[in-house]
Amino acid sequence: MIARLIARDLRRGFTGGAWLPIAFFLLVAALMPFAIGPDAPVLARIGPGALWIAALTAALLPVERLIEPDRADGVLDQLFLHGAADESVAAATLVAHWLSFGPLLLIAAIPASALLAMDAPSLARTEVALAIGTPGLAALAVAIAAVTAGLPRAGSLAGLLLLPLAVPLLIFGAANAFLLEGAFSLLLTAGAPFVAGAAIRASRT
Amino acid sequence: MSALLRFEGVTLRRGGRLLFENLGLLLGPGERLQVTGPNGSGKSSLIRLAAGLLRHEAGRIERAPLALADDAVALDRELPLRRALQFWNPGTDALETTGLDALAEVPVRLLSSGQLKRATLARVAASGAALWLLDEPLNALDADGAAGLSKLIADHLRGGGAVLAASHQPLPGAWPTLELGR
Repeated sequence: MIARLIARDLRRGFTGGAWLPIAFFLLVAALMPFAIGPDAPVLARIGPGALWIAALTAALLPVERLIEPDRADGVLDQLFLHGAADESVAAATLVAHWLSFGPLLLIAAIPASALLAMDAPSLARTEVALAIGTPGLAALAVAIAAVTAGLPRAGSLAGLLLLPLAVPLLIFGAANAFLLEGAFSLLLTAGAPFVAGAAIRASRT
Repeated sequence: MSALLRFEGVTLRRGGRLLFENLGLLLGPGERLQVTGPNGSGKSSLIRLAAGLLRHEAGRIERAPLALADDAVALDRELPLRRALQFWNPGTDALETTGLDALAEVPVRLLSSGQLKRATLARVAASGAALWLLDEPLNALDADGAAGLSKLIADHLRGGGAVLAASHQPLPGAWPTLELGR
């Protein structure tokens, strides 16, 4: 059941939803030279930070489609009745979400770095930082999607909740403090299924 | 004879409102029960409580493996009906028992509400669960669909299953009733 759920989410992601955050990420990166000016040394200096801001905002986009459609359509109830724990469902959602978000973002970071005149070592460090940080970002998105599922104005609320919680990832990731970033990303990834599972259970009233 | 669903002294409160108190019921193999009552009397809540989706305040509930059909469709809207149903019960096919054969390759999002109701009943029929929980099974069904539903239920009861159905309208056949909200 869990494997079928991951397969379903991946099919849905790659036939539609997964490309939007990536397009958004590239668009934000493309806006930077317009906003800052075409001065290559300045762009190269702010490049890694700009990519992080783009990644954070891109992580927000899918929040509303992660949990809420399945809650409203009774899929979460049926999964529970088929014996899947809410935590397992949340973990499956997290795995599928990262697979359709993380790798694409890492690939999109290559053209984005060219737009920002970043050199190869700087790109490599940012790629490592994003590879470590995106599981944490995906986990945050799933947990917050579950907490806000069914609420009015869930999208805006999710932004207010997600961005502050992602600040440690941003600080350690942009500073290339990989161990600290990894620790925080791991904490988010390990904790999110339990937070999301509890939120799904609490939504059944 | 082991019970497929047993309520003992069950009290349910939702949003501070007492829906029922000290409720007992017993469903064994081959037995059916219709829950009746006016809108808001707690029929759907009783079904969700029997499914384990709600928590009761007092009492004891025992349940066999069960399948639930309510107003939520819970089928992937982009997939053809047959594949959407197979997400829940791989390797089974309940389409012909519900008269949905002709729609097997139609995407779920294009089905009418009556066809979706039949699809949720097909999902329950394919589940192989001993206990069926049906919330307003007649909603949106035409006469043909209602006849198909009675046949599904009769076959299930003959096979040693049990059915708990909530409906404000009379169900076809002879049903013992439990009236809520009096």
